[in-house]
Amino acid sequence: MMLMEAFAHMGGMFRRRPRHEILHQMYVGGIKSLGVITVVGMFTGMILALQTGLELRRFGLQQNIGTAVTVVMLREMGPFMTALIIAASVGSAIAAQMGTMTVSEEIAALEIMSINPVRFLVMPRLVALMIMMPLLTVYTNMVGIFGGAIVGATQLEVTMTAYFDNARLYAENKDLYVGLLKALIFGVVITTVACHQGFQTKEGAVGVGQATRRTVIISFLTILILGYIVTRLFYTL
Amino acid sequence: MIRFEQVEKRFGSKKVLDGVNFEIKKSEIFIIVGLSGAGKSVSLKHMVRLLTPDSGRVWVGDDVVSEARGAELERIRARFGYLFQSGALLAWMSAGENVGLPLREHTRKPDEDINGIARDKMRLVHLEEAYDKMPADLSGGMRKRVSLARAIVRDPEIVLYDEPTSGLDPLTSRTIDKLIRDTRDELGVTSIVVTHDLHSALSIGDTIAMLHEGKMVEMSPPKQFIQSRHPVVRSFLESQYITTRGAWEQESTQP
Repeated sequence: MMLMEAFAHMGGMFRRRPRHEILHQMYVGGIKSLGVITVVGMFTGMILALQTGLELRRFGLQQNIGTAVTVVMLREMGPFMTALIIAASVGSAIAAQMGTMTVSEEIAALEIMSINPVRFLVMPRLVALMIMMPLLTVYTNMVGIFGGAIVGATQLEVTMTAYFDNARLYAENKDLYVGLLKALIFGVVITTVACHQGFQTKEGAVGVGQATRRTVIISFLTILILGYIVTRLFYTL
Repeated sequence: MIRFEQVEKRFGSKKVLDGVNFEIKKSEIFIIVGLSGAGKSVSLKHMVRLLTPDSGRVWVGDDVVSEARGAELERIRARFGYLFQSGALLAWMSAGENVGLPLREHTRKPDEDINGIARDKMRLVHLEEAYDKMPADLSGGMRKRVSLARAIVRDPEIVLYDEPTSGLDPLTSRTIDKLIRDTRDELGVTSIVVTHDLHSALSIGDTIAMLHEGKMVEMSPPKQFIQSRHPVVRSFLESQYITTRGAWEQESTQP
């Protein structure tokens, strides 16, 4: 219900206040997460390259790590790792903020002022994460693929040129699009779960802590399950 | 102006309001007192449909607020200002922005006009200098005064005050009392005040009502209220050292 209502209010997102709020949330939810996303994306690509490269080298096929890393990053690990980071950092922060606002009666104050909390608080965060999640996922993919190239060049004797040529050979546009679709869905999931848990908060500071914890757990589980469902829909044997 | 008809409300097994009936007249300062958990704030929240009764009706003028939805509820709520116990200011906005928020959301007035009105309301609560301060930089009393400025920024007909003086020092409490009285005198608003503070209630109230275990046990003007023979009222008065007519008169004659 809350999600439907937030979508219904998106028509007003170009008005001045919501527009500023969306930009602010894009900065808070996206730009401020770039540091941790860089580290996680880089090491995810490096681990993928090392693990697949070591196995492939036994058969003399290590030059194929470019494809392995790129496809896995685009389809799964890029959107998945980005979503986990955003759920843990941004989702938990949204839940804590909404929860604190609920227990300190700020949400009730908005209602009495006839300011719809979904329009005022949820919609800008939803739009911001729907924009930022795919962008951050593209960034995670790029960093991860580059991390794989570094491992290939330094530890598996696969030159950068060979790595990227191999990646281009087998990775498809579909891999990128499916990954971005997942990122978009994960953005919606994280915002909805976080805001819903925040609005349901009771019992003061303890309740805020519980809402934050539930947000992270529910988001993680939902991301995993939806990730599988989307993969199953687009990739069949 | 506001009428409760046989209002009942339960939270789990606890009956918080048990067939409550009362009526508040226009421009009246109506005080609701009682022990913690007596149903005072719950009554207040029913008036703006933050809570709905399990049975009974709450009227605001000719509207049944307890059954209102959507645009009708918005129209009814626009008649109210609400001062929350905590102030309930939005933490990421300055005091002035908080005060101007309802106008920004509901009118097409230019920013300069909204800022001007917000400054006027801040002046009314003697806090013009705090216009650009963030809520975290304000004391409890200042936050309540900013919240009061926000509550009256749309010139409401009715202002609800939830524990306006709780946690404040006596001097600040009296300032808030004076503001409540001034708001009524200058703007003609109907004021409903929920409080534990009988001294405050006796000095500003036109009518004082006492809730006890979900029932209205006394409702009368201050002079009659302190003479009530109801044991719960007597005990409540005595707990705040208001045992004689003189004690109240001394309080009420303070400037």
